[in-house]
Amino acid sequence: MSTTERRFRFLRRRGADGESWHAVQLARHQDRPYTLDYLNRICDDFVELHGDRGEGDDPAIIAGIGSFRGRSVAFVGHQKGRDLKERTYRNFGMASPEGYRKAMRVFELAGRLGFPVVTLIDTPGAAPGVGAETRGQSGAIARSQLMLMSLPVPVVACVIGEGSSGGALAIGIADRVLMQQNAIYTVISPEGCAAILWKDAGEAKRAAAALRPTADACLDLGVVDSVVAEPSGGAHRDHGKSAELLADAVSAELDFLGSLPAIERRRLRRQKFSRMGAFAE
Amino acid sequence: MAERISVDISRVGDGDDDGRPEEPAPSEAPRARNTCPSCRSHYREEEMVANLRVCAHCGYHFPVTARERIVQLTDDGSWSEVARDLISIDPLEFVDSKPYPERLDAAERATGLHDAMLVGGATIGEMPVALAVMDFTFLGGSMGSVVGEKFWRAAELSLDRRMPLVSVSSSGGARMQEGVLALMQMAKTVAAVDELREAAVPYISVMAHPTTGGVAASFAALGDVTIAEPGALLSFSGPRVVKQTTGETPPDDFGLAESNLRHGHIDMVVPRPELRDTVARVVALLSGGQPYRRTPLLPDLGAQRAVGRVISGARKAILGRRNEHVDD
Repeated sequence: MSTTERRFRFLRRRGADGESWHAVQLARHQDRPYTLDYLNRICDDFVELHGDRGEGDDPAIIAGIGSFRGRSVAFVGHQKGRDLKERTYRNFGMASPEGYRKAMRVFELAGRLGFPVVTLIDTPGAAPGVGAETRGQSGAIARSQLMLMSLPVPVVACVIGEGSSGGALAIGIADRVLMQQNAIYTVISPEGCAAILWKDAGEAKRAAAALRPTADACLDLGVVDSVVAEPSGGAHRDHGKSAELLADAVSAELDFLGSLPAIERRRLRRQKFSRMGAFAE
Repeated sequence: MAERISVDISRVGDGDDDGRPEEPAPSEAPRARNTCPSCRSHYREEEMVANLRVCAHCGYHFPVTARERIVQLTDDGSWSEVARDLISIDPLEFVDSKPYPERLDAAERATGLHDAMLVGGATIGEMPVALAVMDFTFLGGSMGSVVGEKFWRAAELSLDRRMPLVSVSSSGGARMQEGVLALMQMAKTVAAVDELREAAVPYISVMAHPTTGGVAASFAALGDVTIAEPGALLSFSGPRVVKQTTGETPPDDFGLAESNLRHGHIDMVVPRPELRDTVARVVALLSGGQPYRRTPLLPDLGAQRAVGRVISGARKAILGRRNEHVDD
């Protein structure tokens, strides 16, 4: 590597480090639009469905059928809360097994009735806890992925805020994966990573830089297909504009995906995920 | 998550010449390694190997490396490894207290493996299967791009020859050093399982201690039949994370194989001395052919005693695990 190249890489890396933390803060901004903010703006009608038909209903996951630009679409998304009361009610957007099972109910319905599925990802991770484990958290996350992987209808996912860990990926299997400009997508929250690798949650900023969770990095790594622009300054500055940009992007993807035969879509969906990763042989 | 559970690292030679996993070399510190954490019984290395690394006194299941697991499960001389030259690269140029490539080098030197999974074809009870076996001693069995690709190749092998896939998992979860690409390996393994399901090829998942995080929440949870070893920790979040984030004190049996069975998350808990025959029976039944005829189980007397004591010792084994969690 030449000196110039090394210098360039160093500068690029240093620039990216600051960007990572900035994105983490924007992705978690308390005024950032959440799933319901978007659904209220982009759907002409939306009926929310509740309950997993077994254990209960999880307020951290919104699921239902909406009318989106002239067609019925199944929407599933994580939901955070804005004030303390709602945050607690929504468990900070951390879904329980019931939430993923509710999502699966709606995926199945969409597959059966032939509606496309759109998922909105915004979670710090799946709910940890004794109850979540005894009710089968890992199995619910795995089966939700598997169901999306095998659906006959088009699936579009978009990371609209925080996409952290298996809790995000559980509803992140799609034909096309989008990511908003200031969203983050990562294997573990920067705090969780710092607590484990640096033994200090205070090192979250360094962990964020190392994890490279930004939309640009995810696009580079081939994890997302395209980046959805946000209003200048971030989605929290203008919910209406942000919803419009998101709706346009999702609508374009659905139009394209609708032109493929179902079997082909499922094959391509699997192929897309099978090509992710970096290794040598 | 990988760092949470400490397991001492055994040194295993890299004798791949005949494609057969080498017998593990005696550990450098056999005393610590071969002393039962549950009942403090101590064994010679030969006894450990003969007993399938199960404590003959109390039934505690010691960790098993991938190579030794393959020896335990498959018919002699039937194993042929595929995709053995896959190696991790460093897509994020990840540095924590050490650069990721240095961690990989150290793990490779300590284990003689290129990554945390071995895949290949073998026969179990003379029935051909594709095998994907994880090794916890390689960076805590964490799943990065190589593990994902290897699982994918194992599924391909299984589809090509239309033989069942058997996985043995032992992992702390996704490999943080590969960032979001590690997360996507969950999706990749799920895609592989979806291929198997579409082609109606059976998939059997065996979960060993520990199977947590991204591995528990992807391929390991999706077996047509799921089997766990006694006392194994199987959970999405580990007990320490639960305690830290929710303030709840996890119960003694939190996430153990036995409580997973009670809550309906797995099909059975099978002691290691019976694992090979159980897998063979399931493979035979899922393949729709003749039932598997049990061969005389265990030639070794010590191991036979272990079978008898495993059940009565299960409680002690659980207590042993619990102590481990408390210690960390």
